[in-house]
Amino acid sequence: MSLSSHFHTRRREWLLAAIIVLIVLAVGWRAPVFLSWRNVLDIGNDSAILVILVMGQMLVLLTRGVDLSVASNLALTGMLCALAARAWPGMPLPALLLMACVVGALLGAVNGWLIMRFSLPPIVVTLGTLSAYRGATFVASGGAWISDHEIHPLIKGLPREDWLGLPALIWFALGVLLVSAYLLRWRREGRELYAYGGNPHAALYAGIPVRQRLVMAYTFSGLLAGLAGLLWVGRYSIAFTELASGYELTVIAACVIGGVSIGGGVGTIAGALLGVLFIGVINGALPVIQVSPFWQQAIAGAVILISVVLNARADRTQGRQILETPQGAQA
Amino acid sequence: MTSENPSAWLRLQGIHKRFGPTHALKGVDLELVGGEVLALIGENGAGKSTLVKTLTGVHQPDEGRIELGGQPVRFARAQDAQAAGIVAVHQETVMFEELSAAENIFIGRQPMRRLGPLSFIDWARMNTEAQTVLDQVGAGFAATTPVKQLSLAQRHLIEIARALSQKARVVILDEPTAALSQAEIRDFYGLVRGLKAQGVAVLFITHKFDEIFAVADRYVVLRDGASVGHGRIADAREGELVKLMAGREIEKIYPHIPRRAGEVVLEVQGLSHPTEFDGLGFSLRAGEILGFYGLVGAGRSEAMLALMGLNPLARGQIRVAGKALKVREPADAIAAGLAYVPEERQRQGGILDFSVRHNITLAGLAGPVTNAASLARGPWLSKARESALAGSMITRLHIKTESQDTPLSGLSGGNQQKVVIAKWLGLNPRIVILDEPTKGIDVGAKQAVYQLIAEMVAQGLAVILVSSELPEVMHLAHRTVVMRRGRMVATYEQGQADAETIVAAASGVEPEALHQHVLEMAA
Repeated sequence: MSLSSHFHTRRREWLLAAIIVLIVLAVGWRAPVFLSWRNVLDIGNDSAILVILVMGQMLVLLTRGVDLSVASNLALTGMLCALAARAWPGMPLPALLLMACVVGALLGAVNGWLIMRFSLPPIVVTLGTLSAYRGATFVASGGAWISDHEIHPLIKGLPREDWLGLPALIWFALGVLLVSAYLLRWRREGRELYAYGGNPHAALYAGIPVRQRLVMAYTFSGLLAGLAGLLWVGRYSIAFTELASGYELTVIAACVIGGVSIGGGVGTIAGALLGVLFIGVINGALPVIQVSPFWQQAIAGAVILISVVLNARADRTQGRQILETPQGAQA
Repeated sequence: MTSENPSAWLRLQGIHKRFGPTHALKGVDLELVGGEVLALIGENGAGKSTLVKTLTGVHQPDEGRIELGGQPVRFARAQDAQAAGIVAVHQETVMFEELSAAENIFIGRQPMRRLGPLSFIDWARMNTEAQTVLDQVGAGFAATTPVKQLSLAQRHLIEIARALSQKARVVILDEPTAALSQAEIRDFYGLVRGLKAQGVAVLFITHKFDEIFAVADRYVVLRDGASVGHGRIADAREGELVKLMAGREIEKIYPHIPRRAGEVVLEVQGLSHPTEFDGLGFSLRAGEILGFYGLVGAGRSEAMLALMGLNPLARGQIRVAGKALKVREPADAIAAGLAYVPEERQRQGGILDFSVRHNITLAGLAGPVTNAASLARGPWLSKARESALAGSMITRLHIKTESQDTPLSGLSGGNQQKVVIAKWLGLNPRIVILDEPTKGIDVGAKQAVYQLIAEMVAQGLAVILVSSELPEVMHLAHRTVVMRRGRMVATYEQGQADAETIVAAASGVEPEALHQHVLEMAA
């Protein structure tokens, strides 16, 4: 049972990896430029911010919740950092990074606190803060854009750094992946998130501090959204009210493609990472093979739907196997 | 039952059903006759629910015949059995809370009215027809009442009304009185007699003898998946039925667990809740089993949840090993050495997607408990230490699993229960609360659980055994608290009271009155 079930979950990830490789090879055959190191780095850079957001979202999804406010949090934190750096040009980079993380974490903690304190459904709370944080971005900036020349050179420079031959953004993503892996695999807090998502009652009865864990998940998601905000503003050299508007849906889509269950309790870091790469490759490939920009979004959406349908089918066959095994396992 | 009854409406012959290596039904025979009530008697795990599922088309028998009005039939799906007029009313009714009684009665087959090319639900007709069948079963509420406002007894009435509106010829009542009060049960008897009068064949499943003698005409006893006896109720004696039901192994099933009473480890005083229980007080020594007996809904589980800090409105004094304990959340109780194995294993106990190992170590992670630190090496969880704990528990409780990585969902019910218990034993608790630990597991698994309880007592643990199985409480508990409607009504030392006395205390009827009542009902 254990072997076959492990094989099964892994098989899904291998399948996704194989599909990604297949797409890359097919597109590379049509347009060799797609396989150039330059393009690989581009896709990596584009995916890096998504990876950061997906790790936070995954934690929240594990608890049977959802964080719809990540893109608004990203915009608000990014805007506040850009404004702060414009007001106090002497701010060092570590202070900017700290500010992004703290502001983001606070905004995330508000979500967690509202959900925990008033027992509200996460979708309602984060839908509310999605609007509220976006509105706050407007208030903070007065509706004005902070354009390229007003963005602090440190913020602009950060995503363009190269460390040991890899762009800084990819290093950030790797760092976040490592921290998430540590939390989920080697800390009891992470295990308790899985436990809560798998069976909230059992988790409560086992003495898990459920409320703290919920607040932790949303705070972590917020912190990563804040970090992503600073990186986003730097990468695109602009801060405005509609920054990353609607991006929360891409984040959730990446999680779902990677096999993170909306129902909670199920999902792996490797799977979520593959989900991000899948979206990154699709988005990178469509312009290269000269799909009309008018069609790109529709096609990307259709491909995402297809992969989710395939995932759901895999879930159903898995369900059937579980039913058969206990009979064999019975004494 | 080999006697060929020509008037039998539904006849089962030699029904066998296997689930993998488990032989759930081993040749069941029974006959249902219109206008008669057949009592199906058997202990938990005897195969009663499997039989009901076979009758209602949920399971298909591996061997044997089902005859309906003399014709052999095969129910491939639940709908087939329903179409043939066989309807089951279950102890835990599943209803659409937000819909009205009428909508629940007619769900999926609402009367329609056509208007040109469109068709509409005929609300007026639906409500009138629903009201007619509800009146027939003596329901005192309007068909338009939302189900969420109705009590469990009233929901049973809706189920039966639904059966009548489908022109049911066989109605299966699956322990319908488990959660009803005495008055509601009395009304229920009237209803069953009403069904009889209408020529419906009733299969009444229960393990309460007063009910059998009150309403049934004939009985069939099921044990270990086989029918072991049948006859007319008028000719039956309670003692015989008990013997048939339990078999001769009753002494073997329940081990004798010697009391090794040590220090007082738990004292509870004035444990109260605004609506659920009041003025509970008891004490418990190490090496002692304290039973809590009562009808379903007597407030036993609610009181246990209060001890664990899961019932925020509860008030009262709790002392563990002489020290006052304030429980705000489960972690407080766990830290003081309490462990609670909940009643609903799947919903409250285990995490089905988790491996056996992770289920066993779950409570140990949550700390702050002495053992919790030992699962981690510095800031890292140690797989080696988790494996060691899980491995020792699997050996100690004889958990049958392919490996530690097997998901909990891959284990049988009895082994799942052991995993849930193992989760707590890993913490070395002082007091273990077992809430209906043998509910829904077969006799073999039950014995394993009793063996485990014996070991816990031998090691000086204090055990609270909450159970609705009277023989379980009578044989295992050194002292038994009887609860009724949220209050403690009696406490008996082991062997001090017989079954009748305990049941009388739990149901609030004097033994003589109970007899009188049964006689009246039978008349």
